[in-house]
Amino acid sequence: MHKFLTSKWTKAAVFLICLLPLASLGWRGLHDGLTANPIEFITHATGDWTLRLILITLCVTPFRKLLGLPELIRFRRMLGLFAFFYGCLHFTTYIWLDKFFDLKEVWKDIAKRPYITVGFLAFVLLIPLAITSTAGWIRRLGGRCWQLLHRGIYITVVAGVIHYYWLVKSAVLRPLTYGAIVAVLLLWRLAAKFRPRMGTEQANPVKTQPQKSQA
Amino acid sequence: MRSRDRLPGHKQKKRVTLELEVTPKYLGDVVEMLIRMKPGLTYADVTPREVYQNRRKFLRNAGLAAAALLMGREFWELASPSSRAYAGTKLAGVTKSSLSTTEKQNTYDDVTHYNNYYEFGVDKSEPAKNAQGLKTYPWTVSIEGEVKKPHQISIDEILRVAPLQERIYRHRCVETWSIVVPWIGYSFSALAKLVEPTEQAKYVAFETFYDRNQMPQAKYTGIDFPYVEGLRLDEAMNPLTLLCVGMYGETLPNQDGAPVRMVIPWKYGFKSAKSLVKIRFQKEQPPTTWNRLASDEYGFYANVNPTVDHPRWSQARERRLGEFFKRDTLMFNGYSDQVASLYTGMDLKKYY
Repeated sequence: MHKFLTSKWTKAAVFLICLLPLASLGWRGLHDGLTANPIEFITHATGDWTLRLILITLCVTPFRKLLGLPELIRFRRMLGLFAFFYGCLHFTTYIWLDKFFDLKEVWKDIAKRPYITVGFLAFVLLIPLAITSTAGWIRRLGGRCWQLLHRGIYITVVAGVIHYYWLVKSAVLRPLTYGAIVAVLLLWRLAAKFRPRMGTEQANPVKTQPQKSQA
Repeated sequence: MRSRDRLPGHKQKKRVTLELEVTPKYLGDVVEMLIRMKPGLTYADVTPREVYQNRRKFLRNAGLAAAALLMGREFWELASPSSRAYAGTKLAGVTKSSLSTTEKQNTYDDVTHYNNYYEFGVDKSEPAKNAQGLKTYPWTVSIEGEVKKPHQISIDEILRVAPLQERIYRHRCVETWSIVVPWIGYSFSALAKLVEPTEQAKYVAFETFYDRNQMPQAKYTGIDFPYVEGLRLDEAMNPLTLLCVGMYGETLPNQDGAPVRMVIPWKYGFKSAKSLVKIRFQKEQPPTTWNRLASDEYGFYANVNPTVDHPRWSQARERRLGEFFKRDTLMFNGYSDQVASLYTGMDLKKYY
């Protein structure tokens, strides 16, 4: 298992898997599969995958500890960057295909519509995380500072779920499901903080990260 | 087999007989195969859309179908009334209406695969799949309340109340997409006159079909079914208000509200209740489903109005399905001439 997780082929495979949602959109686009309202479909699909990938990214640390697989950290940055990638597609779809770069209209939306406001907040908060995702930035900022900054993902994920919840008309089951997963992931962290023995190693993912990325 | 494709329909039927005599064992498959051959026989000639789409049921009925092929279409209709006319079969004697728009119609595919019918699932693509099993015959609509002649009216009777017209209407959803659909039906007022509303009748309440067994997805929607809607009596009696039994020349597909629905083209789509089972004339304003769910977002009137935003999004523009750029939304969805007078003196920001 450990060998499998450290193999560069596994990493490449995860990379390709993360591209599947995009490939699916492309395939549907070529085969008339984007429904009668393709722009809405693309907006929803990219939004869904942003949220899902953030959740998967947030699963890395608990899984590492609960399963005793520290190597999982190798995938965290890539998963996070893919979340950002789909977030960019989602945002681009909105300002391009929905608003046609009418920036005044976009700004009005952000100011006036709460679900757009929180969605925008969630997206903007991802930008510094994506920029500082490299080993170089971890060194520059220092582990503690870097970790503090990257806890911003908690705000993003909560804002993302609220964005979804405020968007649906009545079918709150799906946004609530995401919300429940977020709650579990965040509560686990809280519990791990107060009971460090919960995991197999110290609750400090930063220590391992630079070493792994240098390797 | 190939050469037979080009033969005219009646000759083809003869060949079918021959084929069936030769290989009775594969009767079902053969019949289906022949039905699927394009020229000559059309679906409407042989069997209703509902049946041919449901393969298993089709094979079960194959014996009957074979008999029908042998003895003619009349036998089939006699033997299987449940699928006689109400699942995508042609509607005869439909006349054009001056109330129709000349705008480009959306495709049948768009209108049948992009549906809000929450009882069959919340995704737009779900009703097309999940509604196929809905039993739409026999079907009765109860017309009751403040009427002189309350009536349990069957779908067969409904089809005969008034001459059927094709009404090509713009249809604007509260979610800011729109379509142009060639509906078939007649003004709701024709049905109302049949039951003679009393002086007391000020509103009309609509209730739609709900059966949790046929609609298992409904419980995940957060909506308290059955779906209810309503109109003010004068709105209901406006000639534009359509009692709709078909579209694109045929009876309504299940996901579009078979067998009978309302179409109120100057209001957001959710006002146009589908699969009606009860029409009640009454004194008080009836509760409506979306209003009950979120009264600040969905009013009783729900007139299409580009100047009154949904609290969460603007209603100024819309995307016509099939178009890339958004277009401006028109007041009363472009039906101001016919309906604006219904609301003179009303503050439409208050009565949204």
